[in-house]
Amino acid sequence: MFGWSELIPALPEILVLSMACVVLMAGLFTDKNKGGFLVFLSAITMVFAIILTVKDHVATAEFSQELLFNDTFIRDGFGDMLKIVVYLLMIGVFFYAKQYLRQQNNMKGEYFALLLFATLGIMVMISGYNFIALYLGLELLALCSYALVAYNRNDIHGNEAAMKYFILGALASGMLLYGMSLIYGAVGTLQINEISQAIAGQDNDMFLIVGLIFVIVGIAFKLGAAPFHMWVPDVYEGAPTATTLFIASAPKIAAFALAVRILGQSLDVLAIHWQSMLATLAIVSIVVGNIFALQQTNLKRLFAYSTISHIGFMLLGLVGGPDGVAAAMFYIIVYTIMAIGGFGMIVLLSSKGFEADKISDFKGLNQRNGWYAFMMLLLVGSMAGFPPLIGFFSKLYVLKAVVDQGFIYLAVIAVIFAVIGAFYYLRIIKVMYFEESDTDQAIDIGFDVKTVLSINALAQLGLLVILPALFSYCIMVTKTL
Amino acid sequence: MSPELFQQIIFYVFATFTVGSAMAVVSVKNTIYSALFLVLCFFNTAVLWLLIEAEFLAITLVLVYVGAVMVLFLFVVMMLDVKQAKASQLKQSYTKAALLIAAAMLVELLMLFGYKLSGQIPTNELIRQEQGYSNVAEVGMELFTKYVYPFEIAAVILLVAIVAAIMLTMRKRPGNKQMDASKQININPSERIRVVSMKAEKGQGEDS
Repeated sequence: MFGWSELIPALPEILVLSMACVVLMAGLFTDKNKGGFLVFLSAITMVFAIILTVKDHVATAEFSQELLFNDTFIRDGFGDMLKIVVYLLMIGVFFYAKQYLRQQNNMKGEYFALLLFATLGIMVMISGYNFIALYLGLELLALCSYALVAYNRNDIHGNEAAMKYFILGALASGMLLYGMSLIYGAVGTLQINEISQAIAGQDNDMFLIVGLIFVIVGIAFKLGAAPFHMWVPDVYEGAPTATTLFIASAPKIAAFALAVRILGQSLDVLAIHWQSMLATLAIVSIVVGNIFALQQTNLKRLFAYSTISHIGFMLLGLVGGPDGVAAAMFYIIVYTIMAIGGFGMIVLLSSKGFEADKISDFKGLNQRNGWYAFMMLLLVGSMAGFPPLIGFFSKLYVLKAVVDQGFIYLAVIAVIFAVIGAFYYLRIIKVMYFEESDTDQAIDIGFDVKTVLSINALAQLGLLVILPALFSYCIMVTKTL
Repeated sequence: MSPELFQQIIFYVFATFTVGSAMAVVSVKNTIYSALFLVLCFFNTAVLWLLIEAEFLAITLVLVYVGAVMVLFLFVVMMLDVKQAKASQLKQSYTKAALLIAAAMLVELLMLFGYKLSGQIPTNELIRQEQGYSNVAEVGMELFTKYVYPFEIAAVILLVAIVAAIMLTMRKRPGNKQMDASKQININPSERIRVVSMKAEKGQGEDS
């Protein structure tokens, strides 16, 4: 049993859950084209969640681990850092979503409530310390995502995307559960730390390895790593852009946390096996993602394939030993910040009944509005990994960790395909700066969204200031795992 | 006949029915039969649970799944008027590939389980509880202490399912003739009836 004081480490979760219910109620009294109050409520929730998370950290001033609810919940530095990034991302998501839903004249309170519930699912996944808790967090997130993809009920593409997402997501959950049940059958416990102790020394148990394969397939599905990536482009393209923006960002962090908790913390003894599997997934993802992205004319599909290659890089980090985990963590954080910015630009240029999701829609953006073109330049340049931007350093850290582990050939392949990938990013920049615009329609967005987008894009440069601190923080929190 | 043998006979009979009806669920063409076979499968599973003295789970399975979920399922199937899929519409190539993969999986899993369990199949009896042992109390105790956190998350998932289902299906139709009760009650006679003063008209045919 536990008393009230024991709930304190879980206060952010409790806050988000309560506020999700409040937003659900407040949504009933919202006009179809307003919704500012909902965004305010949701964003303020995230701000308070940040305060609650940081406050505990300051109070203890160290990366202690706290286990709650009979050890099904863990509060540690790793989780706290990822959660703070998720809160910040969600603030961005709320503002972009407001812009998008107002454009489409389809503002409903449920959208923000579901986003908050999804955030809760992500938080549960990040601090799950038991396979059941991890799985339930995943389902909570997935269920919200399916509904958010199908949000525009009259949009046939959205429905198709939601259906594909639902069926493949259910299949992936089934795989993950099957793997978990095999591992449970082998060791008789679902507790992360107990599994790690129980399997010490049996790194060749076939039973565990088959369980591991199923778990990795499940995780790869959720991350969208090739060859389990088929759903990614279709869902990204079909979903409303605000939803695409969400599923491309925060859930990736949750999936990363899931991978670290399951592979790094509970099945650490089997590292020799899962490292080779992840290396294969990583290389296939980088190759497939970059090659297929070259032929895309739809920006959402292009970003989807670029996500696949970025996920490949992140998985490469997980192969690279303890430093690699920190590099992968840094990579996924930086990537999600770029991703919401990129999709944010699509939201920005869209208008009612029109999605600016073709590359040609960005023609001559520099003439229409030089500032936004510059923002897009920063975001796309960072995705490609051009040197002064943060995206370059995240790639650098991953490659360094991989080379340090002696996998030089992996690093070489990754670099070659990253260079190939630079082509399609450069094409976007070329279209923006060197082609004539078809339309001279003014870009009309609110001051708040403009600010969020500018901060988001300038972060590609601004994060350089705290780059060493951020990365050493990543190393510090992954050491305590 | 010894009680052990009797138990084994019961187990094998019901286990066979469970597997058989489960296979029938996926192989029969008529959706109604398929749903009914699922009901049979649930009943057999419930008996297997009774055998290992999990009475509460057995009863819950019948009550919740057979009593509520499957009945609802049957309703939906009948109301949707699902057409029977014709054999020609089902692509045979898929069936073959699926069978191949399923067979490969089966062999792999049999090898796996055989490897794990070889020589260590538990021969002793299950742990028998003494009289007065309450299944419900034990399940409740575990659920609300050890697994309270997953239990709460499951509750949130159900809430999200309700919200999402309503959001995706509730629609306001444009030409809806639904009555608004509060408007009906708050109406004043003066708003309903307009007294128009006008000249009395002459009877028909009298005008010039």
